[in-house]
Amino acid sequence: MRALKTAILSAALALGIAGAAQAAEGVHIPKQSWPHAGIFGTIDKASAQRGFQIYKEVCSTCHAMHLVPIRTLAGIGFTEDELKALASGYEVQAGPNDAGEMFMRPGVPADRFPSPFPNDQAARAANGGALPPDLSLMAKARVGGEDYIHAFLTGFEEAPAGVTVMPGMNYNKYFPGHQVGMPNILMPDGVTFADGTKATVEQQAHDIATFLTFAAEPHLDARKQMGVKVILFLIVLAGLMYAVKRKMWSTLH
Amino acid sequence: MAQAQASKFKNPVVNWIDSRLPIFTMLDHEYNHYPMPRNVNYLWAFGAIAGIMLVVMIATGLFLAMQYSSHTSLAFDSVERIMRDVNYGWLLRYVHANGASMFFIAVYIHMFRGLYYGSYKAPREILWILGVIIFLVMMGTAFMGYVLPWGQMSFWGATVITNLFSAFPIVGDPIVTLLWGGFSVDNPTLNRFFALHFLLPFVLLGLVILHTAALHVCGSNNPLGIEPKGPQDTVPFNPYVTIKDGFAVVVFFIVFAAFVFFMPNYMGHPDNYIPANPLVTPAHIVPEWYFLPFYAILRAIPDKLGGVIAMFGSIALLIVLPWLDTSKVRSCKFRPIYRQFFWILAVDAMVLGYAGAMPAEGAWLIIARVGTFYYFFHFLVLLPVLGKIERPRPLPNSISESVLKGGGHIAAGAHAKPMEKA
Repeated sequence: MRALKTAILSAALALGIAGAAQAAEGVHIPKQSWPHAGIFGTIDKASAQRGFQIYKEVCSTCHAMHLVPIRTLAGIGFTEDELKALASGYEVQAGPNDAGEMFMRPGVPADRFPSPFPNDQAARAANGGALPPDLSLMAKARVGGEDYIHAFLTGFEEAPAGVTVMPGMNYNKYFPGHQVGMPNILMPDGVTFADGTKATVEQQAHDIATFLTFAAEPHLDARKQMGVKVILFLIVLAGLMYAVKRKMWSTLH
Repeated sequence: MAQAQASKFKNPVVNWIDSRLPIFTMLDHEYNHYPMPRNVNYLWAFGAIAGIMLVVMIATGLFLAMQYSSHTSLAFDSVERIMRDVNYGWLLRYVHANGASMFFIAVYIHMFRGLYYGSYKAPREILWILGVIIFLVMMGTAFMGYVLPWGQMSFWGATVITNLFSAFPIVGDPIVTLLWGGFSVDNPTLNRFFALHFLLPFVLLGLVILHTAALHVCGSNNPLGIEPKGPQDTVPFNPYVTIKDGFAVVVFFIVFAAFVFFMPNYMGHPDNYIPANPLVTPAHIVPEWYFLPFYAILRAIPDKLGGVIAMFGSIALLIVLPWLDTSKVRSCKFRPIYRQFFWILAVDAMVLGYAGAMPAEGAWLIIARVGTFYYFFHFLVLLPVLGKIERPRPLPNSISESVLKGGGHIAAGAHAKPMEKA
């Protein structure tokens, strides 16, 4: 038993080191409560759909999401017809055709979301030198994950006295270094949600973070559901094995 | 005329094979009857756990390799394709990525168990040295595996670590060029790392087989650190240890599954979800957690070559550990002074790990230096001296006497014939 305790303790300490690796960097990000957090958490589909609406109407003017096929949205409740309609609203470059020319065609659900700029240089040129990062993995690519996205989107404010914001830059209290090329883009009622939810900045930030969590991890729900089954199975198996072990070793004492 | 060897197996097919290639006899001898000291505790399961983790890594790695593209322009996206589009690809990748960490957890516990109970002492020196070599190859394999997703930490980690070799005079730069396959970390680097990352696990498998073979010559150590004297001190490996290890493996898998399914990115770094960019250096380049103590040692020395030597030295001195420890008594149970220092070393390793995750400046740099000094002091000064001056507590006469207090039964299946080695 003592040995087991030691083993658990060592493992816990080792994991503490892993935590330390993350604690080493940055500003304190306030934690939000997410329906997809925890063992039984699942993506809030209504929120993710609203988040997608904001992505489509606001974010996607600058930010690409080039790893995500449009069909992925089936995971937050889009039907096949809705996906086809949505995809056909995008123009996608295809080809070359028999004449050797590239041409534009309406999108299909298998296409990825088209990027707003043909390349990074074009993106920089249109954004005062700043490169709007791809959002496909944003929820996993920043310390703090979805909490960071929420904090960042609600973190724009006047620069405190004594801080000079460089031309073309904006002050954000959660961005590392605080000066960011992206302006405060979320306005109260900047979008009109189909489901009647009031589009406060807070609500929009929450919905975008939910959508980007889904975009970064489309199998999140399946993963957690499988995890519950796997762990329950392992616990029962461990119980049975322990019982057999006890019985077997009892003849030795 | 040559004649097939007699085999005791009743099944005619097994018998036919066994009398020509006695593989069944070997397995029966090594895994059914192999005598395990009856007092081994659950820490002894971590060897089996580490072995199973190697198999898990090879199995998941094989299927990942079928979907992965080792070209700088494709690698990152191909990993994301595994995560999104390959059936259960997310599961394979998360098992493989977290499996590396779990493999190291198992191996570290296994190593500290060996340190605590003196499992490296005569006659188990070669067993221990093979273990250190396994650890080294594992580190190389894990490092190269972390480069494959071609994220920011992959790229910059590869840059920092490969550059270490440039510290060596004369041979340094050619070594680095050879590692890179060019003059910077680029496509040739990624290609050779992928090839080596596929090859080295099988080298590991071979080393593990040697490690096990060496183990089965001397037999397993035990918490008392005294040799079994006969069947009353041991149990046959199967079924007694099979079921015990099996239970431990399942419990370990529960922890493993908790990471894979509920916090799969906890032990990774967010920067590795940003594609590699040679023009943007991350604010802090940190290796995976299992390298942190060694990373702290590397940075603790103010001189580059000195740091590299100290880092490799900290692992290399484990090879000569059996000769550094002058005490004849194996187990810490009977070494009241060394036991205290063992725990200080364990804490020292943790502190070094923590310091390795922190920026190498201010207090953390001083802590890393003290920690590094203590690490070497422990192995190079304390161990040799303690063995001479420490007065160990008296050892029990035998395992059965100590653990059974006179009672107990000989395990069914343990042959009452005299032991081959006692």
